[in-house]
Amino acid sequence: MAIIEAQEITKIYRLGDVDVHALGGVSLTIDKGEFVAVMGPSGSGKSTFMNILGCLDKPTGGKYFLEDINVGDLDRDELAGIRNKKIGFVFQGFNLLPRTSALENVELPMLYDGIPAKERRRKAMEAIKSVGLEGRDNHHPNQLSGGQQQRVAIARALVNEAPIILADEPTGNLDTKTSGEIMEIFVKLNAESHITIILVTHETNIAAYSRRMIKFLDGRIIHDEPVIRS
Amino acid sequence: MMNVPATLRISFRALRVNKMRSALTMLGMIIGVGAVIAMLAVGTGAGRKIAEQISSMGSNLLMVLPGATTSGGVRMGSGTQPTLTLADADAIRKECPAVQDVAPVLSGVAQIVYGHQNWSTVVVGTTPGMLTVRDWSLVSGRPFTEQDVKSATKVCLLGKTVVDNLFGDMDPLGQMIRIKKVPFVVIGLLATKGQSPQGQDQDDSVYVPVTTAQKKLFGTSFPGMIRIMMVKAKNTDDLAAAEKQINELLRQRHHIGPKQENDFTVRNLTQMMETAQESAKVMTLLLGAIASVSLLVGGIGIMNIMLVSVTERTREIGIRMAIGAKTWDIRLQFIIEALMLSFIGGIVGICFGISGSKILSILAGWPTIISPLSILSAFGFSGLVGIFFGFYPAYKASLLDPIDALRYE
Repeated sequence: MAIIEAQEITKIYRLGDVDVHALGGVSLTIDKGEFVAVMGPSGSGKSTFMNILGCLDKPTGGKYFLEDINVGDLDRDELAGIRNKKIGFVFQGFNLLPRTSALENVELPMLYDGIPAKERRRKAMEAIKSVGLEGRDNHHPNQLSGGQQQRVAIARALVNEAPIILADEPTGNLDTKTSGEIMEIFVKLNAESHITIILVTHETNIAAYSRRMIKFLDGRIIHDEPVIRS
Repeated sequence: MMNVPATLRISFRALRVNKMRSALTMLGMIIGVGAVIAMLAVGTGAGRKIAEQISSMGSNLLMVLPGATTSGGVRMGSGTQPTLTLADADAIRKECPAVQDVAPVLSGVAQIVYGHQNWSTVVVGTTPGMLTVRDWSLVSGRPFTEQDVKSATKVCLLGKTVVDNLFGDMDPLGQMIRIKKVPFVVIGLLATKGQSPQGQDQDDSVYVPVTTAQKKLFGTSFPGMIRIMMVKAKNTDDLAAAEKQINELLRQRHHIGPKQENDFTVRNLTQMMETAQESAKVMTLLLGAIASVSLLVGGIGIMNIMLVSVTERTREIGIRMAIGAKTWDIRLQFIIEALMLSFIGGIVGICFGISGSKILSILAGWPTIISPLSILSAFGFSGLVGIFFGFYPAYKASLLDPIDALRYE
């Protein structure tokens, strides 16, 4: 069952007087429960595509269905609602709120979903536990290591039970050992909770954790094939 | 939509991070609100004082003064020609329908003596109408009557200041005092009146029947002469009518031809006082308006800081948007932050305003009145300032592009 269906998506930016064709007609279907790695050099259009998949940006042309909702028809606030309930973001730079405890960072998506305080707390604690950060819920981001911060970010992506996680170079700022630990969490989430994971990375060894690899070049998909795990 | 307690907590934390900055921003509101409250208190206090003086004088008052003499082409001041008589006063009371009562006045300064105490005060000869005209009452004893006036009895009413100076703690009722060596019996004590609008102590006076004053105290060459008349109109609307009626009646009684000038003057005291009160009101408004300017400046300070804050926290806004904050979630967050600045500033400002006006009334001796309305409106106004000046930064924040905001360093 397709959870993401992109049809002939184009994106044109205007930089001064020049039109930049960031995406030149990308079509892609991702089924529920897939683990997809997106690769490609800088400027290949993969970030633009990920922004569109994440409902942070709208395509110039083409159609994008997320769980059969035509995202192109939605306004700013409806897109925010989709991001809140359907998509969990994990960023390279963690993007946690500074001077805010891990627990409150994880609670944040539920705050915008109108979930009552008690339930917020309970679910956030649960999510923190699931990423192996028990006892760190009161720590602020600057008191946590990079790996721990990324775990908090993953907990935040999980807490609203979003069916999709978009991870944009989640291990870019981490050492090899920590990267491996973070990737194991994604693998586990994908295998046990059937969360659809779309991962952007430069590194082949990180992409190797996925089951399907997509390569971008010059605004087009040039390569799309399953990953054979050794 | 985001829930309020959580938003409040977020805003409070954001303000606490920059304590110094928040405090300085609030200072603008504190000074603004404090100034508004203190200035309104001073203005209202002044207005109230004038109102009290007006009511102490009596309401709906007209004063009839004798006219000026002209000797050899040189016109003298009003009152130089003794043209008013007791008969005029009676006529006005009886024949002018708009007039409620008339109190003729023949007064002078005299030495009064009781036992071995003596005191120099104003002795006013008048009729029983005086108490009505001045809205004055007695604390004990009885007023003098028409009969007293007719037979020129030697009785008197004493003001509080006179009692204090002559009798101390003793009860003066029924005692004998001497005014210009003439013995008078004290039959009544007047209630405390306080200062007149001109700043005179109205309690420093003695009232005697006008006829007694004419015959025994301030004898004049014109029989029945009085110095002035105080006239009370039936009500405020009748003041103009009363003035007209008195004018006509006195012109007729004094045989003044159509081309001749009046030999008397009618003054509308109430109107004068109301003008004074009106100007006090204008002053209050003016003071309040000037103080409001500082409130406005405080609001601009809030807007300034909120704009800085939005820029500084662009990345935070991006994160919030990415995980699902809607337009109004972001707006509310920053509006509530601005509101918090202005409200906390407002509350502290109210405290400063109240204590400031108390200090003013102690140090400068100005009467200040802090009305709940001024507190409420200053508080409400500070809230409005917070919303008004917080909205633009919040609006700006809510329009950020989430992708750009996330990339912001």
